[in-house]
This record gives sequence, C-alpha cells and structure tokens, in this order.
Amino acid sequence: MSCQVRPLWPPFVAGIVLGLVLLLTFVLVGNGMGASGAFARVATEVGLQAAPDAIRENAYLGGMAQGNPLAAWVVLAVVGTLIGAILASVASGRFRVKVDRGSGRIGVGTRLALALGGGLLAGFGSRLAAGCTSGVGLSNTAMLGVAGFVFLVAFFAVGLLVSLFMRRVW
Amino acid sequence: MDYGTAGTALATGLLFGFVLEQAGFGSPCKLTAQFRLTDWSVFKVMFTAIIVAAIGILLLQVDNTFGSQGFYVAEMFLWGTVLGGVLIGAGFAIGGYCPGTSVVGLGSGRIDGLVFMLGMVIGIWAFAGVYDSSLIQSVLTSAQAPARTVPELLGVSPWLVVVAMILLAIGGFFAGRALERRSHGVYSAEDITEGRDPGESDELGRDLGREASASRQNETT
Repeated sequence: MSCQVRPLWPPFVAGIVLGLVLLLTFVLVGNGMGASGAFARVATEVGLQAAPDAIRENAYLGGMAQGNPLAAWVVLAVVGTLIGAILASVASGRFRVKVDRGSGRIGVGTRLALALGGGLLAGFGSRLAAGCTSGVGLSNTAMLGVAGFVFLVAFFAVGLLVSLFMRRVW
Repeated sequence: MDYGTAGTALATGLLFGFVLEQAGFGSPCKLTAQFRLTDWSVFKVMFTAIIVAAIGILLLQVDNTFGSQGFYVAEMFLWGTVLGGVLIGAGFAIGGYCPGTSVVGLGSGRIDGLVFMLGMVIGIWAFAGVYDSSLIQSVLTSAQAPARTVPELLGVSPWLVVVAMILLAIGGFFAGRALERRSHGVYSAEDITEGRDPGESDELGRDLGREASASRQNETT
C-alpha cells in the first residue's frame, strides 16, 4: 500500500485527550464511559429473536429485556466508538480489512479461535465485575472508586501471567 | 431516550473511539505488548487519562459544578470485581482485546475484533445460564466494600489519593521507559498497520526512532 500511514499520537497526548473525553462524558451524562454493557444488551436482543421465552424467563437477561435506559445509552456509545475508530483509522491511513495475526506466527483459524475464546472470558468476566476496562478500570478509577483500583490490579496481574503462555502468538 | 441523550452517547462514544484508535489501541499486538512489557502505551495512556479525569472531577466537585458531587460511582463487591478483572485480563492476553478495544479493532478493519465481540455475546449468554447458581450469586453479592471510594474507605483526602496515583504513574513511566529500551521497542503506526515486529522497522530505520524520541520528549515535558 502506498497511501501514507500517519504516526500514532504520543501516549501522553492520547492520555490527556482521553481523560478530557472521560471528563466530558461525566459532565454530560453523570456517569463514565462503558462498553461491555452494550454487549449484554446485544446478547438480550439477539436472544429474544432466537429463544424469546428462555430469555424472558432468565433471571439475568429477563430484566434487561424489559428495557433499561442506561443499557440503550451504552449501545449508542459503542456505536459511536466504532464510528470514531473508523474515522481515525481511515483519516490516518491505518484502515485495513484483515485478520490481525500479529507478526504472523499463527494461522487465521488459530487467531480467530483465540479471539473467540478471549471474548468469551471477557464477556463472562464483565458481568461478574458489572463492567470492563472502560466502565470499571477507567471510569470508576477516575472517580477514585474502590472497584476500579481492585479491578486494575487483578486485570494487570492476570494479564501479565497469562501473557507468559501466549508469547508464540504475537 | 430523547435525541439529546442519544446525541451525547454517540458523540462521547465517537470521541472515545477516535482517541483510542489514534493511540494505536485497535491493534491487539500493541495492546498485548503491555503484558509482554515491551510497549507501555496502555499503562501510559490509561494512567494519564485517569489522573486527568480524576483531577477534573475533583475540581468540579469543589462547587458541585454540573452536579459533579452526584457523578456515578458503583459500589464494590470484592469477589465479583476480582474475578471479573481476572477473566477480562486473561481474555485480553488470549484474545488480544478488552471489550472496548475490540470495537476499536473492528473499526480499523480487524475481523478478529468482530470475532472477539461475538465471543463476548456467547460469554454473556453463558453467564446468564449460571446466574441463578448459588456460587455466582454469592460471588456477586458477598464482600461488599463499606465505602464506594478509596478516600472514603481510608478516611483520607481525595487529593492524597491523586498524589499517590501520580507517584505510581511516574514510577511506572520510568520502569516502562527502561523496559521499552531494553526490548525491541514500541509498535509504530506502520508496525501495527502492516503487521510487523518493531524490531523489523528498526532495521529499516523507520518510525521507531521517531516514536522513541517523541515519547522521550513527552516524558521530559
């Protein structure tokens, strides 16, 4: 590809802007940014199409099926996140449709299986913690919340540990 | 949901995704390099953002500007939070993303980001399937922290907590810089776009030097 790839923002620039975006979100909405809540909503909606009775009777998803304003908010926020990422990557020449296999030591099938498995763990974990890196790690910690600090310690400690077994992948 | 609320969701989400992509966080290589300790961008961006937002919120709270004293902070149930962090950390190391960054990965064209998102939906169905079990219920409802925030829990000024976070961040930045220099370096925009190790771009004399000097410059300012 000959189109020019623009450099990434330096980490401290990105960090300051991200902090200001988070602050703006609190000012406008009264709570921080989230991501995983949107997937709980998607799981509910898709489930309602496939197995409506099972979802309505389910103790967890049944409540969500009755509608929760904040859940709808976070779905739109994630749609916005997707649009923002498309705009940034296209504008900077970094948009490529591909399966990202890192430096290419593993095949496409292996990479997709790992992505699916990692997503499964993250989806389950996000319901235990009532949020993810965005909602708990970033937003709750910015409020100096106990949950945010505890989450980040567990997240980084286990990430470091599991990463030791994943060196071949990247 | 009225149009105003929908607008704030789309607008703040858009800014969030835009910044994360500009930081390189659509790349599972760059993201997981934090856990290999070769690229400390995740730590730097997250901690800088948290500290900037925390200081902003505390300043607003002095006069309750924008109703900031009522900003939402969730209560903590220790085991749910710990186990959630454990599973999301493991999922990150295995799958290359966390929930938000998988969306950024898809936005920059990565099919594996979409597959990670599909995995999350399946994981949530699995959670819903075992939600009623006594094990999950006790994880979700036991060991509730007596306070929502660290300053309340410890009975200290929030500014003391912010100062401690700044010191922790500075320590992390120096440790990170030393480890980045010892390894083959941080992922540049070209590395993550073309799927290369930073070591390769080093040999070609490309982006690596510029990024390293840019981050050095930032650290000195």
